[in-house]
Amino acid sequence: MMDVVTLSRLQFAVTSAFHFIFVPLTLGLSILVAYMETRYVRTGDETYLGMTKFWGKLFLINFALGVVTGITMEFQFGMNWSEYSRYVGDIFGAPLAIEATVTFFLESTFIGLWVFGWNRVSKRTHALAMWLVAIATNLSALFILLANGWMQKPVGYVLRNNRAEMVDFTALLTNSYGWLKFTHTLTSGYVLASFFVMGVSAYHLLKKSSPDFFRRSFRMAAALGLASSIMLFVIGHFHAAEVAKVQPTKFAAMESVWETRKSVPYNMIVIPDTANERNVVEAIGVPKMLSFLAFHSGDAEVKGLKEFPVDERPPVMPVFLSFRVMIALGLLFILLSLVAVIKARRNRLETSPLFLRLMLYAIPLPYIATQIGWIVAEVGRQPWLVYGVLKTSSGVSGAVSASQVMASLAGFTVIYGLLAVIDIYLLTKYSKKGPAAIRVAENAGEGLGTPAGEV
Amino acid sequence: MEFYQVIWFVLWGTLWAVYFTLDGFDFGAAILQKFIAKSDDEKRMISRSVGPVWDGNEVWLLTAGGATFAAFPTAYALMFSYLYSALLLILFSLIFRGIALEFREKAESASWKRSWDNTVCISSFLLSLLFGVAFGNIFQGLPMDDKGYHGSLISLLNPYGLLTGVFFVLLFVEHGALYIAVKIDNPLSERAAKVAGKLWYALLTVAVIFLVFTAFATKLYANYLATPAFFVVPFAAVLALLGTKIFAARGSYLKAFFSSATTILSVTFTGVIGLYPNLIPSSLNPEYSLTIFNSSSSAYTLKIMTAVAFIFVPIVIAYQIWVYRVFRNKITAKDITEEESY
Repeated sequence: MMDVVTLSRLQFAVTSAFHFIFVPLTLGLSILVAYMETRYVRTGDETYLGMTKFWGKLFLINFALGVVTGITMEFQFGMNWSEYSRYVGDIFGAPLAIEATVTFFLESTFIGLWVFGWNRVSKRTHALAMWLVAIATNLSALFILLANGWMQKPVGYVLRNNRAEMVDFTALLTNSYGWLKFTHTLTSGYVLASFFVMGVSAYHLLKKSSPDFFRRSFRMAAALGLASSIMLFVIGHFHAAEVAKVQPTKFAAMESVWETRKSVPYNMIVIPDTANERNVVEAIGVPKMLSFLAFHSGDAEVKGLKEFPVDERPPVMPVFLSFRVMIALGLLFILLSLVAVIKARRNRLETSPLFLRLMLYAIPLPYIATQIGWIVAEVGRQPWLVYGVLKTSSGVSGAVSASQVMASLAGFTVIYGLLAVIDIYLLTKYSKKGPAAIRVAENAGEGLGTPAGEV
Repeated sequence: MEFYQVIWFVLWGTLWAVYFTLDGFDFGAAILQKFIAKSDDEKRMISRSVGPVWDGNEVWLLTAGGATFAAFPTAYALMFSYLYSALLLILFSLIFRGIALEFREKAESASWKRSWDNTVCISSFLLSLLFGVAFGNIFQGLPMDDKGYHGSLISLLNPYGLLTGVFFVLLFVEHGALYIAVKIDNPLSERAAKVAGKLWYALLTVAVIFLVFTAFATKLYANYLATPAFFVVPFAAVLALLGTKIFAARGSYLKAFFSSATTILSVTFTGVIGLYPNLIPSSLNPEYSLTIFNSSSSAYTLKIMTAVAFIFVPIVIAYQIWVYRVFRNKITAKDITEEESY
């Protein structure tokens, strides 16, 4: 039987990975839907209203799942990681509480207004509600990732009274690691949402259903996709450089660097041999490139894994592979969205069925990229829970038994599996239906209807 | 330091009180839906009455949780790990309830809808009961000492815990029935009012038993005996409970609803005042109780969190009131025959 630490880690991995299936889409789609509705308010063009409602519906299905699976995350810190919660709660609890107070209230309250308020508030107010939801959703990510950023690069605290106590709140809010993580995650969400919208639009363009509607949706998403995939890559680079600086073990695992050296080349092909602490193959190298990428100086020294005690190194293989695949996918996203923008601009989408099919099948790729991105971030952080401060094994709950976690893990797996089935069923159903099925409410957005009865 | 700890204790109690008052009517309405709605249309009217607001209501719970983490991390860590299995049940119920409310209308088949109707009813009932059981146990104290927690899931289901659970269920169903009576323009409204009228006697009975049993099972009254002025809070609870009946009998359902809201608020505060300065008393030895003084964050963190709360909580209250006002109309048959808005 596995121990409490392993089981709790597994449970956290399962629940957070599942949560993060829904979150990135809501980050990007909320912005797109808000923008579509704004276009509708500005132009009065009913197609934009239809777009708002069609993509809005897909947004809502995801939003609901994101919310309910997010509740688990907040509870889990105390339930499974109580020693961690006690030790760092003074500093880590604050961004979580601020997230609930400042952003979660905002998104949950205004999503209700948005869904049920079509005939109750003015068009402008209604569009504003969606913007508030979008901004709050994005800001939620900021506070969560500032919290996560603190675990990766602890700042603004002292060890006192047998715990980490906050001494500098500004340092927490301006933690460079948190901001890089936030902007990297945010842009990945935009890329994911763009590919989702392009993929679903491609499906309908292939079927020749509502071409004008989906051409416009595709074009809008392609523009966002190109801008955000380039941003994603640039931020990703600076993020990795920050990792090299503050989390040398993670960086060494990402690149499978074993020996500490100066002027390290970047090898296109690397096959690690973790048992013997070396790489079996290192080929097609660009001289000094890795040093340059990591420290912006070709002669810089890169620390190798052997520099660190064995029990302070993360598992190399999963981190290394995830990182490589993530970068390859990142480049592919730039390429695909560039072609998408060009084809959309030249009105050549419907004459390129092959490309449309490609974009349809590309829908899962950003999902894969975001999931393995988290593997790089969180497996790469091991064995530390708070990098350099608290080991994962020291953070677990003392009062919880392995059988309890086993039972909860089984429960989560079953329930989340069920939710996944429902989600896929609903998303497919509504994606396929197309805008014709989203019956536009009569007089929708026709300004303030007088409430039927005063209470 | 002490000043901020007390402020956060008051805020902690307030978050719970507001949460129970708001999600209380969601829970009650959802439990009742199964029993008083005679057609699919009537079910949809009830769903529609809570649709725009339940999500915002539930965030009060998440904020109460987050605030406990930030302001009293030791209490958060120990309580959540001690009550692991019980919290898991709450968590699963919350997940199912949220999904049921969101997805009921997303497909046409009758069996799809029936499954979600059952889900929302059962999960709302379980949540009402479990929150009651949890607070009943907190009022009594948990069997914990320096070696940890000595209870189990079963030991939480003691008579006082269960009584508090039943009390919560009745409070919320009464509250939900009045909400339906206020919000819906349909024979359903009268049916709900009738339920509220009958249920009130059961609620009163359980409330009296609860107040008496509390004297034996808990030390909550010690603070009241030390400072009798606090008795004004339980007194308000009793008064509001009587008011609920009086207003409902006159057909002033809105007043009755606000009266029942006042009951829930003051019942929660009655418990919270009795607890002070404990967050979770130890039933074994008061030395091991988790108090606001031995489990709080540092003064620095508390100050920052106080500033955040004092800026943002009023803003939250303001826009939530505004949204309630936007949806202040009664739900009519027209509302649900209108196309789904998205």
